[in-house]
Amino acid sequence: MRVMGSETEYGIHAPSAPGANATMMSARVVQAYAQVTRLRAAGGAETRWDYTDEEPLHDARGWTLERGQAHPSQLTDQPPVLDAEAVALAYGRDELELDGEDESGSLLMNMVLGNGARLYVDHAHPEYSSPEVTNPAAAVAWDAAGDLVALSAVRRLAGDAELPAVNLYKNNTDNKSVSYGSHENYLMPRAVPFGDIVRGLTPFFVTRQIICGSGRVGIGQDSSRPGYQISQRADFFEAEVGLETTIRRPIINTRDEPHATADKYRRLHVIIGDANLSQASNYLKFGTTAMVLSLIEAGLAPKIEVHEPVAALQAVSHDTSLTAKIRLLDGRRVTALDVQWMYHEAAAKLAQDTGVADAVDGDGHTHAVLDRWAATLTQLDSDRTAAATSVEWLAKLSILEGYRQRDGLDWADARLGLVDLQWADIRPEKGLYYRLLARGRMQRIVNDADIAAAVTEPPSDTRAYFRGRCVSSFSKDVVGASWDSVIFDVPGYGRLQRVPTREPLRGTKALTGALFARHREAGAFLAELLGSAPAPPPA
Amino acid sequence: MAGQEQQQPQPRDSEVEEEVAAPPAPAEGQASASTQGVDDLLDEIDGVLESNAEEFVRAFVQKGGQ
Repeated sequence: MRVMGSETEYGIHAPSAPGANATMMSARVVQAYAQVTRLRAAGGAETRWDYTDEEPLHDARGWTLERGQAHPSQLTDQPPVLDAEAVALAYGRDELELDGEDESGSLLMNMVLGNGARLYVDHAHPEYSSPEVTNPAAAVAWDAAGDLVALSAVRRLAGDAELPAVNLYKNNTDNKSVSYGSHENYLMPRAVPFGDIVRGLTPFFVTRQIICGSGRVGIGQDSSRPGYQISQRADFFEAEVGLETTIRRPIINTRDEPHATADKYRRLHVIIGDANLSQASNYLKFGTTAMVLSLIEAGLAPKIEVHEPVAALQAVSHDTSLTAKIRLLDGRRVTALDVQWMYHEAAAKLAQDTGVADAVDGDGHTHAVLDRWAATLTQLDSDRTAAATSVEWLAKLSILEGYRQRDGLDWADARLGLVDLQWADIRPEKGLYYRLLARGRMQRIVNDADIAAAVTEPPSDTRAYFRGRCVSSFSKDVVGASWDSVIFDVPGYGRLQRVPTREPLRGTKALTGALFARHREAGAFLAELLGSAPAPPPA
Repeated sequence: MAGQEQQQPQPRDSEVEEEVAAPPAPAEGQASASTQGVDDLLDEIDGVLESNAEEFVRAFVQKGGQ
C-alpha cells in the first residue's frame, strides 16, 4: 500500500531497584539484546548507528529550527551522551563495572538488527524502530517482533544475578504526568502540500482513537481525576501543529527528516498514536492512516474542519460512550463515529475508483482494511462485546469492568491502576493482554510463527531487506548503518565504503537476494555491488 | 497554515467541554456474553497481578519521552 514503519518507546521499571537511572537501565536492555544476537550470529550481529543523515530540526513547513532554540531532547542527530566517563562521573565506578561493556569498551546505545530494525536508547527509554514495510499486516508483524526483541532482553537481564531484573511495558504513560511515544512513519510524495496534510489528517486523528486507542485509567496528564478514557496519549497533546515531540506535543508533527531522497519524498512522522498490543487495533491504525494519506494525495479527503481540535481530541478520549458530539467549523455537530464513517466512505470510493481494493487486481490489502474498518465501526455502535475482541481500549475495559463489578472497586482503586499498567507488560505470563490472547479472546492478524520469523528476517520488499541482510551476513564488516546507508569496513578498501540506500523501495529481495546468495565474503559482495574492485564510494 | 485558519472565534467556545462534563459512562453490555468466562479470567488475572498494587503502581515512575 505504502512504505510505513513503527517506533515503540517502552516504559521501563526495575521493581527491585526503584531509584535506578532510566537511561542506564535502557542501555542495559540494548546491551542484553546485543549479547543475545552475539550468541545467535558468530562474529556479532550488532551494528552501530550512522547519524549522518539525521535532520530532526527540519520543519516540514519549510524552515529549520536553530539548534540554540531547540529543546535538548530534539537533538536526536547526536549519539546519546553516555560514554563510560560520563557514567562513572554520574553514578560511580561500581555502577560502571556492573553494567558491563561491549568489546570496544563503550556502552552500546544503538543497534541495527538483522531484521532491519533499530534498537536504541531514546532519552530514558529503550526504543525499537521497525524496519520499513509496505502494508499494515507487515507493520503488525514487525512491530510485534519488537516486543519479542524486548522480551528476550528482559529474559536475559532476569537471568543475570548481578543486575536487577527489568520490566518493559508497551504503554505511553506512567500516569504521573509523563508520556512517551509510539510513533508511526509513512512515506509520501514531497509534492503534496503540507497544509493539505494538516487539513486532511486533523479530523481523522481527533477521532481515530476510537478504533485504536489502548485505553487508560485516569483523566488528566497526572491522572488526578478518576475514570477511564479511550486514549493513552490524548491528554498529553497541547498544540495543533508543531515540530516538538517531547513538549507542547502537536496533533500533526512537522519533523521533516525524510531518510530518503529529499526532493521526492517526505516521511510523515505521526506522534499521536497509542502503542498497541492488540493486533487488530494496530492493523487498523496503520491501514486506515495509509488510506487517508491516499485520500489527501488525491485531494479527496472529507472537507471538514474540527473546532478546537485539541479540546475535541480530549473530549473524544474522555467519552467511552462514543455519544459526545464535536463541532465542525461548518456548524455541524457530529460524533467520532460519524467522522470515521465520513473517512471510510471517502476511502472506499477512492479505492473503488482506482481499483486498489479489487479482489483480483487490487493491492491485496486495501479491501481487507476497508472491511475491517467498517466492521469495527459497526460493532462500536451496536455490539461492544464483539468489538472488545479487537479494539484495545474495549478489551482492557472489559477486565476493568469485571473487577469493578466483582469487587466493587471505584476508578481510583490502585488495583485498577495496576490492571492498566500490567496490561502492557510484555512478558506473556504477566501481561494481561497476553492472557486474553492465550484464551482466544483477542483476534490475531498475524500468527506467532510469522512474528517470530520477523525477529530475525527483514521484510523482503523494502530497502530494509538490504540493511538486514548486510547486518546478518556481514556483521564483522558492517561498521554502521542507518535508514539510508550501510557502511562497510572491508580489507582491501582504503577507506570506509558507505552504501547509500535512499530509495525505500530498492534494496529488496527481488533486486539483491541473488547477490547475497552468491557471496559469503563482504569484499566480493561489495565489489559486485559497486560494479568494480576497491573503488571510491558512490556519491 | 491550517492552524491559523482554524482560529476563528466561535460563539460558544465551551461547547465541547460541556458535552463531556458527565463522567465516563461504563460500556454497556460488553464482557457480559459469558459471565462464567469473565469470572475464570479474573481468577487467572488475580494469580498474575503484582502483589501490593498501590506500592507497585506508585513506584512506576518514568522520565520524559517523545
